[in-house]
Amino acid sequence: MFEITLNLGGKEIVIAETIVNTYIVTFLLIIFAIVVNRKIKNAKPEDTPSGLLNVVEVAVEAIQTLVKQNMGEKQIWFAPYIFSLAFFLVVSNLFGLFGFTPPTSDYNVTLTLALITFTLTQFYGIKNNGIVGYAKGFLDPLPFLLPLNILGELANPISLSFRLFGNILSGVIIMSLLYNALGLIAPLITPVLHAYFDVFSGILQTFIFTMLTMIFIGGSFND
Amino acid sequence: MLQGITSEAFILGCSAIGAGLAMIAGIGPGIGQGHAAAQGAAAVGRQPEAQADIIRTMLLGQAVAETTGIYGLVIAIILLFVRPLLTAYLELGL
Repeated sequence: MFEITLNLGGKEIVIAETIVNTYIVTFLLIIFAIVVNRKIKNAKPEDTPSGLLNVVEVAVEAIQTLVKQNMGEKQIWFAPYIFSLAFFLVVSNLFGLFGFTPPTSDYNVTLTLALITFTLTQFYGIKNNGIVGYAKGFLDPLPFLLPLNILGELANPISLSFRLFGNILSGVIIMSLLYNALGLIAPLITPVLHAYFDVFSGILQTFIFTMLTMIFIGGSFND
Repeated sequence: MLQGITSEAFILGCSAIGAGLAMIAGIGPGIGQGHAAAQGAAAVGRQPEAQADIIRTMLLGQAVAETTGIYGLVIAIILLFVRPLLTAYLELGL
């Protein structure tokens, strides 16, 4: 919908639609965070929460419970990252409902998110086990399985990113094929499919991506 | 029989067939996900109080089982929209 073309000294730089949409999602989330921050500072602790604050509290508590269950009590400080990841994914997956291209239908976005998970997993694996213990982990359970273990570790970010990307992109392609094929009667048939491809699939993939992120990172902690 | 068909059109047609064949990969995840759903339904029947946990585990397992199907889908999408074979043919410059 919005593709920005910059002219810098005779050279054309095209900023893809999905990147513009990513910035829109980011700005929406920043505005949301500022509004919630202002409200929560004005709220009195003894009052019962209502309205927007109530919804946000339920979401925060749900994420904290999930983090405690999957990563352990001590890793509760990961909850802010998991929460922002989940919120970013939910908003970007549901962006298709408003006629935008979802940012997650661009492989750049999903690969970046998967690489963040991969880097955190390796970093905390080395930090918690020491470099020797980390290297020994690849020789488990038998030394000659080393290449398989390395490949298995490298396959995680690839499958993580392609799962999200493939699910969202297939929804986008099927919806655009239907809109082109049906023409004027499209609004009669597509709402049901929007409910499946955008809402159901989008929320499910968000849940799965954040769950797998928690399990991968949590696996590199000992306690 | 192939007279009157340009090489580009032939490559495009073959890419479309290849994309269709790649989607045969959807059979495996379909069977696997159905199996997981069946076991999940049985587990809920046995222990209705653990329904939330069972559904969460089932969805997670299904998502992992789906991976191979997604690989097939990605290959089909690349064949249809990125067209690497056509680019390779044009680069040959025959």
